[in-house]
Amino acid sequence: MRAPTLATEGMTKEFGAFTALSDVSITVPAGSFHALLGENGAGKSTLVKCIMGFHAPTRGRVLVDGAPVTIRNPREARALGIGMVYQHFTLVPSLTGAENMVIARADCPAVIDWRKERQDLAEFLNRMPFQVPLDRPVAELAAGEKQKLEILKLLYLNQRFLILDEPTSVLTPDEADEILGLLRQMTRDGAISVLMITHKFREVTAFADAVTVLRRGRLTGSGAVGDLSTDQMARLMIGDSEVRAPAARQPRAAGPTVLELAAVFAEDEAGQTVVNSLNLKVHEGEVLGIAGVSGNGQSALVEVLAGQRPMVDGRITIHGKPFEPTRRDFARFKVYGLPEEPLKNATAPRMTVAENIAFRSFDRPPMARLNWWLRPGPMRAKARELIQRYNVKTPSTEAPIDTLSGGNVQRAVLARELSDDVAVLIVANPCFGLDFASAADIRAQILEARNRGAAVLLISEDLDEILDLSDRVAVMSEGRITFTAPIGETDRATIGHAMAGHH
Amino acid sequence: MAVAADLTHRLRQGAEYTLIPLGALVVSAALFSVFLLGLGKSPQQFFELMWRGGFGTAFSWQNTLQRAAPLVLTALCVAIPARIGLVIIGGEGALVLGGFAAAAIAIPMIGPVAAGSLPVALMLGVMALAAALAGALWIGFAGWLRHARGVNETISSLLLTYIAIAILYFFVEGALRDPGSLNKPSTPPIGAGAMLQPIPGTDIHWGLAAGALLAVLLHLLMTRTTFGFAMRVTGGNPRAARAQGLPVGGLLVAATMIAGASAGLAGFFEVAAVHGNANASLVAGYGFTGILVSFLARHNPIAILPVAILFGGIAAAGGLIQRRMGLPDATVLLLQGVIFVVLLASETLYGRIAWLQPKRSGAP
Repeated sequence: MRAPTLATEGMTKEFGAFTALSDVSITVPAGSFHALLGENGAGKSTLVKCIMGFHAPTRGRVLVDGAPVTIRNPREARALGIGMVYQHFTLVPSLTGAENMVIARADCPAVIDWRKERQDLAEFLNRMPFQVPLDRPVAELAAGEKQKLEILKLLYLNQRFLILDEPTSVLTPDEADEILGLLRQMTRDGAISVLMITHKFREVTAFADAVTVLRRGRLTGSGAVGDLSTDQMARLMIGDSEVRAPAARQPRAAGPTVLELAAVFAEDEAGQTVVNSLNLKVHEGEVLGIAGVSGNGQSALVEVLAGQRPMVDGRITIHGKPFEPTRRDFARFKVYGLPEEPLKNATAPRMTVAENIAFRSFDRPPMARLNWWLRPGPMRAKARELIQRYNVKTPSTEAPIDTLSGGNVQRAVLARELSDDVAVLIVANPCFGLDFASAADIRAQILEARNRGAAVLLISEDLDEILDLSDRVAVMSEGRITFTAPIGETDRATIGHAMAGHH
Repeated sequence: MAVAADLTHRLRQGAEYTLIPLGALVVSAALFSVFLLGLGKSPQQFFELMWRGGFGTAFSWQNTLQRAAPLVLTALCVAIPARIGLVIIGGEGALVLGGFAAAAIAIPMIGPVAAGSLPVALMLGVMALAAALAGALWIGFAGWLRHARGVNETISSLLLTYIAIAILYFFVEGALRDPGSLNKPSTPPIGAGAMLQPIPGTDIHWGLAAGALLAVLLHLLMTRTTFGFAMRVTGGNPRAARAQGLPVGGLLVAATMIAGASAGLAGFFEVAAVHGNANASLVAGYGFTGILVSFLARHNPIAILPVAILFGGIAAAGGLIQRRMGLPDATVLLLQGVIFVVLLASETLYGRIAWLQPKRSGAP
């Protein structure tokens, strides 16, 4: 079976009055590796969902090998040989690779002759350029192997046009390079065509043949990868909107230790140890960046520090005094936090902007009289001041915060968490899902807090963000810190190896 | 800041919260009419009788308000935990246990009060306190189970209701039975002279006034105090509340205790103002109708007042409908059930009716 050519003509998708995708035409020739570049909300996902039949396009059509086709649902897309690898795994963790592949077949029989299936699978695997153990439960496989299995599954189902939605977000840099390299080889051999959604320029320039850039639902540029510089691609992605220059990192002498974690243990809901005897120190005026593949205990660590997850064992001190994640200690030690997905983790979505901004101070004067009676006047006045200072775009202090856009929610949370004197700041994936301008703004605010002397613990899955902001880098793997180095004495490759567990 | 935009925003939202429940009532009435037509009865006559029996005369109004009083209190038992994200449906149990506690604690005081050696007000005060405390501990236990053991509070509060009813029967038919109560086992009556007198000039007991006062107080507690603010943060997003260091567990237990105290007081008024003792009449379903009232009022303490009166009216009209139309008395319950189902279905409409939505702001 040969790789197909796929094209869209004038794809448009309207959700009510909102146009998510406007007149987008792309062509992915047989055997090419095409990158779809754009910020969050640019319409990349909408475009592939229209191709896959999740959405019915308002206008426009899909052509496979030049012939127009109608795709009403993902099953019809599959029949045409179009398959998708999602950002998160869709394998059944408790089943083996072989079982996952066979049950995914459209013609899976009611009674499966496993001996024959295993033989067929072995033959199939022999023809493939890469191997994955098929007899182990998927849960035991590493992320890179799972991702390979997802791809093998599509090939096994005879899908020769692969759509990949940010396939590397759960992989270490080495794993990502390996898988993208294999895919590129297969496109060169003419076995498959690939359309990959991404926002990483490095992956585009290293692996793709051609690129299409979307912004706010419109196609803003496309061409062969060699013809576009990363600067040009960035401009096509973000348009003319002004991006705040990175805040200057004021050089500081290493200050005293502020936050110290000693032998901290935490468990997940199933009782598995996810933070395993973790030690770290963050000094005054320093950003300690913690890199790591997602799922190595980072989110549990943040939750322990925020009081959302009990600490099973260990000691947390601030300036040498024991710290408990209670309201009293947050205020006493001036501990603040910027969690990922702030709407989900740091706000009460249906409460007003003013109320959300008051979370830290509603029970103190001037907002509360006798620590009991609320005073809405001072609460609104404070909100108005911070909304202006942090440039939060909201129709009113009284609008529910979930009516704001993601960047504005994050700025409102930032205003709440950074406007007071900050001694310790705990930051987790602060720019996840934000556009360039908002992300740059928020990174600058974090650096400013550091410059004012805050001890900043930054946990991020975005290695570039860590390299950008940190004074020191640490790598978290299997619940512990396995590597630490000052930013000047390490590089991407070393950190990548540590992330993969080679330390 | 655009004050006008803010105002239209609030108006639209208010309209949504009013129009959708009203629409649910209309749809329920239509569905119920189909049912009546199937039985060969006239829906027009049914709703006319309902109006007459519930709200048509001064007498029916008194009957309605009499029944509305416990509904206000049991609805508050649902509304307050709802603000913190809990679905408590055990108001019936707190009412029964509260009424029983009031009647039981009164027993040693009945004699001295009748002899004039103990003030009536003191006995009534002690009874009210015992009722509130019993209810608070009962529903508070469901809240504690939720916080400390992760037990679903909806199920536990419901099951606790059956235990509360069993406790009532156990004592009323056993150790605390008044030998004088022959056909209907009851605790000893507190005496006609000791009973709570009606609001002057009416037949309505003070439970309604107490319910209204409590509703206003709890509304202020939720909207105007730091305690209410912390509860709303917790109800709005428990993860965020924890990250703010709020004592989430304590707040959960406090909310359920306030709720239970409110339903327990309903039991006190049933004993002290209506029955004069505790017996099976306490198990009248007010706790369950209160769930419906709170949901229809969208868990707003102030809105609970008119809704409770509406349902008091529906219940009050039951007898008239039974006599005039030859329908069984479960008919009214069936109407309540239809309203509840339609109401739950209408929850899916919030945010989906385009012309009721405030405009979104900011870039996407």
